[in-house]
Amino acid sequence: MLSAILSPELGRFALALSCCLASMQFALPLLGAARRRPGLMRSASGFAAAQLLALVVAFACLVVAAATDDFSVANVAENSAVLKPMLYKITGVWGNHEGSTLLWCLILAACGGAVAAFGRGLPDALRARVIAVLGGTAAGFELFCLFTSDPFDRAWPAPPDGQGMNPLLQDPGLAFHPPILYAGYVGFAVPFAFAVAALLEGRVDAAWGRWVRPWTVAAWSFLSAGIALGSWWSYYVLGWGGYWFWDPVENASLLPWLCGTALLHSAIVVEKREALKIWTVLLAIATFSLSLSGTFLVRSGILNSVHSFANDPARGVFILMLLALVIGGSLALFAWRAPVLAAGGLFAPFSREGSLVLNNVLLCSVAAVVLTGTMYPPFMSLLRGQAISVGAPFFNETAVPLAVPLLAAMAAGPLLPWKRARMRPLLRRLRVPGALAAAVLALGAWGLQGVMPVLAAALGVWVICGAVADIAGRVGWRRDPRTLPRRLRLLPRAALGAALAHAGAGVSVLGLAGMSQASHRIVEARPGDSITVGGDRWVLRGVADVAGPNYDARVATLDVYRGHRLVAVLHPSRRHFPAQDQTTGEVAIHTNLISDLYAVLGDEHPERGTVVLRLHRNPLAPWIWLGALLMALGGALSLSDRRIRVGAPTPARSRSRELRTPALEAAAAE
Amino acid sequence: MTSRAGPSPGLLASPRMVALLAALAAGLAMPMKAGAVSDPSEMLADPAAERRAEHIGSRLRCLVCQNEDIEDSGADLARDLRHAVRARIAAGDSDRQVMDWMVARYGQFIRLQPRLDTDTLLLWGMPALALLAGGGTAALAARRRRPAPSPLAADEEERVSRLLEGDPS
Repeated sequence: MLSAILSPELGRFALALSCCLASMQFALPLLGAARRRPGLMRSASGFAAAQLLALVVAFACLVVAAATDDFSVANVAENSAVLKPMLYKITGVWGNHEGSTLLWCLILAACGGAVAAFGRGLPDALRARVIAVLGGTAAGFELFCLFTSDPFDRAWPAPPDGQGMNPLLQDPGLAFHPPILYAGYVGFAVPFAFAVAALLEGRVDAAWGRWVRPWTVAAWSFLSAGIALGSWWSYYVLGWGGYWFWDPVENASLLPWLCGTALLHSAIVVEKREALKIWTVLLAIATFSLSLSGTFLVRSGILNSVHSFANDPARGVFILMLLALVIGGSLALFAWRAPVLAAGGLFAPFSREGSLVLNNVLLCSVAAVVLTGTMYPPFMSLLRGQAISVGAPFFNETAVPLAVPLLAAMAAGPLLPWKRARMRPLLRRLRVPGALAAAVLALGAWGLQGVMPVLAAALGVWVICGAVADIAGRVGWRRDPRTLPRRLRLLPRAALGAALAHAGAGVSVLGLAGMSQASHRIVEARPGDSITVGGDRWVLRGVADVAGPNYDARVATLDVYRGHRLVAVLHPSRRHFPAQDQTTGEVAIHTNLISDLYAVLGDEHPERGTVVLRLHRNPLAPWIWLGALLMALGGALSLSDRRIRVGAPTPARSRSRELRTPALEAAAAE
Repeated sequence: MTSRAGPSPGLLASPRMVALLAALAAGLAMPMKAGAVSDPSEMLADPAAERRAEHIGSRLRCLVCQNEDIEDSGADLARDLRHAVRARIAAGDSDRQVMDWMVARYGQFIRLQPRLDTDTLLLWGMPALALLAGGGTAALAARRRRPAPSPLAADEEERVSRLLEGDPS
């Protein structure tokens, strides 16, 4: 019934319609803004809403085709199968090139719709231009989808069953990673559109900064969560305890994150002090350019081998031209119009602004190193005909050290006043974090292996305590404890969110430090054998056959004893999928949040009656992703701030007069 | 189902390659790798020597894989290279000699950390270059932003001196 209405043909029609609407969304409001025609300018919202609606229909058609096993649609036949669980039938829609491109367009349209819906407080011309830029970008990618990656292509004759999905991709983590990641990538289109609109208008002011910030925070939170989800997936699926490999694919997502983090901070300076305006516009353009390159250059395979790009020339050439148009066009516009933008407020080097400049310099340096390292091999091969590799050891020795001063400054920055700071009050407020970090440094030098892990542990504690000191200072923790909860509630949510995100970064760094001390053993064991790893005693109880829905599994049972106490029973397994004749390993993980016990089942040797086991103890491993979750939550908390919320005036001030605390005064001053 | 000898890592590697391509096509930010549960009999008996071998192995690329080091890879070639590293160490080679031996046979491509030479100068110099460029730009912008204080006019000079003397009129 549903499939009769939401047919693939309707889907293709809706996609084409959305492309037309996006073109109108681009052209008419821009014309209106240039000619000062209010009617044309206001048409932007209508086109954005219509385009979103059309894409929702198109996407629904593809989901229905996948859910109802319509194998006459080539995309469904290639990626789905009757026996695939329903969850993966639906999430598999975006697990391939065509479907993920459509999802990409859908999220971009949703961004346009969101600006139209929440942007009522914006000046007419600015809103028209922002929505128009989003429309123009969307039109380009919808054309790409229609002409080179049509998800609604029919296969004839329709096969009785689809080819199925790679078992490795049938995982809940992988199912929800793409929408979250894409929301991050595509979300940066909004700051980008604001930047281009500002260049067209020739004006950037504090109001512009106030507008750009929440959109950046939202995109950044999604991207943080998406990257963390990907890293967590590598940890629990790939099976040797690794979580970050400096793979080109990962670097491609890290680059917009680094740039976006810098943008997040420089936008604060624009909003509060009207300084760094030109720089912030450039960062907004750079962040979205890196997002685009991240999603589309990576899938072209160009980063892994220059030759694979030739596999599908039509797609490759189209996407390169599109990227050149969007990135090159916006950069050219920047070069032409940036001198028009007036320079902003003054500040001393040692001030909140100065610390945010330092943040930007360091984050962009890390980004430059990662970008150079990622792009070097293809360029060397292209220009010099030499094959070289740039892998984890390089990045660990170049990009990671740059994070040390970044983390060191991270605790101090939020404690500094705007314009001009003095050293003495800062040192006084950092006494406790400094003492604790020094204690960790001393303890770590005694108990941990390696220089970087010790430094990381100390810096993690330093950053977390710095965030606590920031909130303690704002809330005036020495004052009447009875009104403390009330004072905490009255703190600006943006400040709480920032502190939470900073603390989250510290938690992640502690996780990294802990993981550097991980221990593992690979052993060949018989049932009954006991193995000691990192102080725990593992006993292999046995290996058994278990049948799953679309696989057969061999499941090992391991008891873990700490002293004489049984702390965990783990069941690592190997699954064989007859449909694809493929075997995957299923890691078993037991966590108590302080450390993970992690077991992998390897090859069996029936002739000797043994199995190969890889047993890990990973201290603080969950903290890596817990920290990232805190960062994303910090972003969300910050978004709930009424002053950041769209167009909300600030009537709260008079109500809170009665309760004077430094926090309120600081909030009022901001 | 009866007991089954696990498939060899080489067989495992190829469907993972397929998964890698699928993930690339979907634009996922996650690497697809063939996790190796290596054979314990591969390892050196001396823990210190084994640690050295693992350290060297983590800096050698599995030539047929996607950005993977030989310690982590499940490919046959990676296993052979692991054996070779351990054989060299057992024969008494230094870390440097093992690395040179590998580069002599397989070329610079096998080093996950490229050598510093004229070709990779830009790569290795990038951290310093980026910091200098960023710091320099910030310093320049700060200097340009600070307008030189204009000298006081004669009447202003007079007012200042009067204020300093404590005459507010």
